[in-house]
Amino acid sequence: MRAPADLKIAAGDVLLAVENVSLSFGGVKAIRDISFDIRKGEIRAIIGPNGAGKTSMLNVINGFYTPQQGRITFKGKTRAKMRPHDAAAGGIARTFQNVALFRGMTALDNIMAGRTLCMKRGLFWQALRFGPAMKEEVEHRRYVEEIIDFLHIQHIRKTQVGRLPYGLQKRVELGRALAMEPDLLLLDEPMAGMNLEEKEDMSRFILDVNQHFGTTIALIEHDMGVVMDLSDRVVVLDYGRKIADGTPDEVKRNQDVIDAYLGVAH
Amino acid sequence: MFYREAGQYKTTYSADQAVFPILQDRIGIFVILLLAFVVVPMTVSGFVLSSVLIPIMVFALAAIGLNLLTGYTGLLSLGTGGFMGVGAYACYKLTTFFPDVNIIVLILASGLFSAAIGALFGLPSLRIKGFYLAVATLAAQFFLSWCFVRVPWLYNYNVSSAIEVPTRTAFGVHVTGPNATPVTRYLVVLSIVVLLTWIASNLVRGRIGRMWMAVRDMDIAAELIGIKLYQTKLIAFAISSYFCGVAGAMMIFLWFGSAEADSFSITQSFLVLFMVIIGGLGSLLGSFFGAIFILGLPIMLRTLPELFGLTIRAATVEHLQFMITGALIIVFLVIEPHGLARLWQIGKQKLRVWPFPY
Repeated sequence: MRAPADLKIAAGDVLLAVENVSLSFGGVKAIRDISFDIRKGEIRAIIGPNGAGKTSMLNVINGFYTPQQGRITFKGKTRAKMRPHDAAAGGIARTFQNVALFRGMTALDNIMAGRTLCMKRGLFWQALRFGPAMKEEVEHRRYVEEIIDFLHIQHIRKTQVGRLPYGLQKRVELGRALAMEPDLLLLDEPMAGMNLEEKEDMSRFILDVNQHFGTTIALIEHDMGVVMDLSDRVVVLDYGRKIADGTPDEVKRNQDVIDAYLGVAH
Repeated sequence: MFYREAGQYKTTYSADQAVFPILQDRIGIFVILLLAFVVVPMTVSGFVLSSVLIPIMVFALAAIGLNLLTGYTGLLSLGTGGFMGVGAYACYKLTTFFPDVNIIVLILASGLFSAAIGALFGLPSLRIKGFYLAVATLAAQFFLSWCFVRVPWLYNYNVSSAIEVPTRTAFGVHVTGPNATPVTRYLVVLSIVVLLTWIASNLVRGRIGRMWMAVRDMDIAAELIGIKLYQTKLIAFAISSYFCGVAGAMMIFLWFGSAEADSFSITQSFLVLFMVIIGGLGSLLGSFFGAIFILGLPIMLRTLPELFGLTIRAATVEHLQFMITGALIIVFLVIEPHGLARLWQIGKQKLRVWPFPY
C-alpha cells in the first residue's frame, strides 16, 4: 500500500483545521462555534456524551452538512461548499456508526467499490471487459487483496456482507475506507457493539493503519479505555460546544469533562 | 457429485473473476449455445420459432434492461413499454431515411435514441425515489404512448397510424418483412440477445456495476466513496433504456412485423416488470427465467388439457390462463421472493454438495 507521502504537508503539521464552525437545524444548534485541528499522522479522538454533536462534526468535515458559519481548511485549502464525493476525491474516507455497507454485494465487491475513484476506464472498455479494463480490474484486485490480507478477512471475501456477523461487517467497512487510500480517515464509533476481543482486534487495526501507512485518523468512540490508549489528542464536545482539547491525560483531569460525563450537583 | 469446483484452482485474479469459474458451467453454457445456434434452427418448426422462442428472447432482453435499472441500481421504472416503443419507432424512422443500411446495425443504433429519452426521463431520479420515481416514469410511459399516437411523423403519416415493417436485408439475406424466414429472424434475435447479455454481464461485474449496486444498497455511503449519484443513475437509465429500445425494435421488426401505439402500452411495462420480479431482481440469468416463465406458462396451460384429451372452450381456456397465471405469480412470490434465480442457486448448491446435505 502507498503511504501518502506525496502530500506537501509533513507529519505533525495541520492537515485539517476547523475554525469557528456553527451548525444548526432550524432552532436546534448542533454545533456552536467549534475550532480544532487535526495534525498529519496523529490519531485524534472526538468524544462527548450522547447528542454532543460528534457525528454532526464528522458530517460537516466530509461535506454532508454545510455549516452556517466558520470555515474548514483541508490540506491547506479552505473549502467553500462541497459535496461528499468531492471530499472523497480530496482524500477523506469514513466509516459509519451503524454499518453502512452495500449489503447485497460481497465483501470483495464492497472493498473494490472503494477503489471506484482510482479506476478510470470508461463505459466502452467496461462493456467489453477486455484489454485495459481487465488489466485495471486485476491491478485493483491485487491492491484490494492486500487490504483483505491485512484485515484477515480472506475467508469471507465472496460472502454477501448482509450475512456476516457485526464485527466482521465493521472490518469490511474499514477495508472499504482503506481502499480509498485516504489522507484522513474518519471513524464513527468503530467499536460500538463489539465484544472485548473484537475491540482489541479493531484497536490493533487502527494502530497499524496509523503507524504503517501514516494515515491520519479522527475517531469518535465511547469506550474511554480505547480512546485514552489509542489517541494522541482528544477533543471533548458537550451540547455542541467544545469543552476541552488536549492529550488524553490533560483531558482526563479537566473538571469540565468530569462534570459533563458524571453530571454536576445543581 | 459431478458438479463441483474441487480441484479447480485459480492462479490469477482474472481467472477468479470469470463469468463461469466452474468448468462444468463453462461446458454447460457451451452446450446451450450450441443447441441454440445450431440444433434449434435445424429441428424446431418455424411456428414455434416465431411464436415461442423469438418472443422469449425479445422479452428476456427487455427484462435485462429493466433489471439493470431496477435490480441493480434500485430504481423502479414503469416506463419500459414506452422506452421499447422509442426503440421501435426510431428503428422505423432510421430505416426510412437509410433504407440501404444493414438492418441489424439500425436495430442496434435505434437503442441509442431510447437511451437518450431514458436518460431524459431519468433526470428526476436524483430528487425522488421509490414509488414516487415509479410515478414519474409512469408519466414517461403515458407521454410516450401519447406521442406514438399523436405524432404522425413517427409512423410516416400512415392512414392506419400503424407501422408496417418494410423488407430489409443484412448481408444479402432478408431479415425483416414478409420474405424473411423464421430461422433467419430467430438467428438474428439470438445473436443480438447473446451479444447484449454478454455486455450486460461485463458491465455489472465491473466498476460501473459496483457503482450501480452501491447506489442501490446504500446511497449515502456510495456518495462517500466518491460515486456521483446523479451520473450513476443517469448512466443506469441510459443503458437500461438502450436494452429496452433494442428489444422494442426487435419486437416489431423481427417478431410482430407491424405495430401500433398499443403495442407499447403500460401492459408491456408491467409484463416486463413481472418478469424481472419473478426471475429475480439483480440477476441476468433471472431475466431469462422470468421471460420463459411468464411467456411459457400460458402456452403450457393451453397445451396441457389437449394432451390429456380434455376439450375446453377457447374462451374458458383464456380465462383459466389469467387466473392460474395470476395465482401462480402470487404463490411464487410468497414462497420465493427472490425469484427463480435464487431457486436456481439453491439447486446448484444442492448439486454441489450432493449426496451430502451440506
